[in-house]
Amino acid sequence: MEKVKQKDLILYSGLIILGLAAPYLFSAFKVQLTYLCVLIVLAMTWNLQGGEMGYNTFGNILFYGLGMYLTASVQVGMFFPLAEWTESGGEKTFVHTTAQYFQGIGVGLLVSAIVPAIIAGAIGYAILGLRGHYFAICTLGLGIAAGEIAGGIEIIGAGQGFTTPPFPAEIVDAEARGKFFYFLSFALLVGTFVFVKYIYGSRFRLILNAIRDNEDKAEAMGIQTMKYKIVGWMCSAFFCGLAGGIMGGLIGYIDSTDVAFDGREMGVFMVLMAILGGKGTLWGPVIGATLFHFFKEGLWTLILGWQYVALGVLIVVIVVYFPEGVMGWLREKYPERFGEVIDEKDRKAQVELK
Amino acid sequence: MDFLIFKAPMLMVQASLDGILLGILFALIAYGMALQWGVMNIINIAQGDLVILGGYIAYTIYLWGIHPAWGVIISPIIMFFVGWALYKLVINKVVDRDLFISILATFGIAIVFQQLMNFIFGADVVVAQSEYGTTMLFDSSVTLPNSKIFSAFISVLYAIALVIYMRKSKLGRAIRATAQNARAAKILGVDTEKVYAATFGINAALCGIAGALISITLTLHPYVGLPYTVRSFMIVIVAGLGNLPAVAVSGMGLGLFEEFADYILGTEFRIGAVFLLLVLILVYRRFKLSKKREYLK
Repeated sequence: MEKVKQKDLILYSGLIILGLAAPYLFSAFKVQLTYLCVLIVLAMTWNLQGGEMGYNTFGNILFYGLGMYLTASVQVGMFFPLAEWTESGGEKTFVHTTAQYFQGIGVGLLVSAIVPAIIAGAIGYAILGLRGHYFAICTLGLGIAAGEIAGGIEIIGAGQGFTTPPFPAEIVDAEARGKFFYFLSFALLVGTFVFVKYIYGSRFRLILNAIRDNEDKAEAMGIQTMKYKIVGWMCSAFFCGLAGGIMGGLIGYIDSTDVAFDGREMGVFMVLMAILGGKGTLWGPVIGATLFHFFKEGLWTLILGWQYVALGVLIVVIVVYFPEGVMGWLREKYPERFGEVIDEKDRKAQVELK
Repeated sequence: MDFLIFKAPMLMVQASLDGILLGILFALIAYGMALQWGVMNIINIAQGDLVILGGYIAYTIYLWGIHPAWGVIISPIIMFFVGWALYKLVINKVVDRDLFISILATFGIAIVFQQLMNFIFGADVVVAQSEYGTTMLFDSSVTLPNSKIFSAFISVLYAIALVIYMRKSKLGRAIRATAQNARAAKILGVDTEKVYAATFGINAALCGIAGALISITLTLHPYVGLPYTVRSFMIVIVAGLGNLPAVAVSGMGLGLFEEFADYILGTEFRIGAVFLLLVLILVYRRFKLSKKREYLK
């Protein structure tokens, strides 16, 4: 990696310290903080597709939901018969010991990172050949089809849902569960951020941008666009799967269409957060997710019952009036900070032309 | 094959008839989709929710004691103005923009519609009783609700009326001109803004008719809009824009597919099968076009 500037160093170490201290400072909000971490991860990985590559996907929810089911299934299936667990109240008859629980979730998360990435690679060649809105609608269909199909499969609980293994009762500390999931998600967030930052400084990002700006030209320049598109999607799938696995453990209950393949909430949120913050920027999704989460948690309880109406209106307002997001707005306002040199004469000349 | 449908040929007839009658209804919705896509270059995710709203209008007049079949006249009139208002509020700001913007914006509208319908009409599955009775065929082994025949008949009637309207009327000509070249139409004195609003209104009215028919043939629920959007999208990409006979045929094909999928895979996978078919169709077309080094535009 290139030399990290001193100013950045202070910023990053400050953020990491804040992140590590957060569960102790805001002890009551651990679950919310975990959500925030996962939301940021989802927004950042969506941004790799939608912002950098120009492939606006609704389908990353597929990997999120897959990760959720895989983690839980592996965690149960490693030690107990999965079918009996999901049939009715298996969590009451079979109890994970502490060691089993952590072993299970470890292996489960590993599987839920790798399998979605492999699936993304496998279907990538077929799906990523579609462009523009066809890609968007196709991935929307994928996400919903996955939810509907998962709701019909008996072994993972079908329509009645899947209770993930409860946190081991042997750990007496009441705070332990919240802390465990928080630090897990925080580690994921740091990992994702480092990875995305690495991509931002690499040639890979330039290739993705070339695909976004003009895929035909990129191809004509000799870039094997399909290869890079698939790799980009696999990266997203990897982190989305992990995020899903963590969320499954945190929520404790998986429903096919309302929790796992939740296109109506999570699937839209990730798009919205990235756009709100500003697509195609490193910090945009982070800012967008944080703003959105605060907005959501602050308003949701005030307007109980009307939250989806508010969400729909919010989508329309953001998309129609604010498509460049916070980062785009900042860039317009303070171009110097973004390293853009502005020719004052040229700027004035343009104003006069108007 | 151990499926019931292959053992009983009468079930096959039943599924085929159901599928075709249903497919005609889908084709009507798809026609509206093709219209706005062709003219305004917009993909309307809220299409299905407009359908359901139209259905609830018919259901409301049924609750007032009027026969729900009148919904096929009242519902499109109301829906036309709903569509017009929607255009003036939101859609006119996304017409010239990127298609993804219109997808997301209409997605937002869809969520608002779903939730408002949930508040107003409740989350129960409802159906308006037309009391048309059923027709028995082949010694009562195939039952065909008359409401389905009625709905197919009305759909065809409206589709023909619309085609004639588009050919003969002044507004119809203006819409077709705008679809061909919006800029040229504007230069020649067509008020494209009004044409767009009218197109969106007509689309909403078509959805209203379809919804009213769905309220007597199938069931209504606030959250079942999206499958109708996907069905109409699918029909349009198979048939192509502005090809009405192909829309009708692929609509019936989709209806057949659904009924057979229902029997073979089971009802719980029906919606899943529809969405999966969408993916498969897109992928199939992508591979077919990539042989010529082209892609779906």
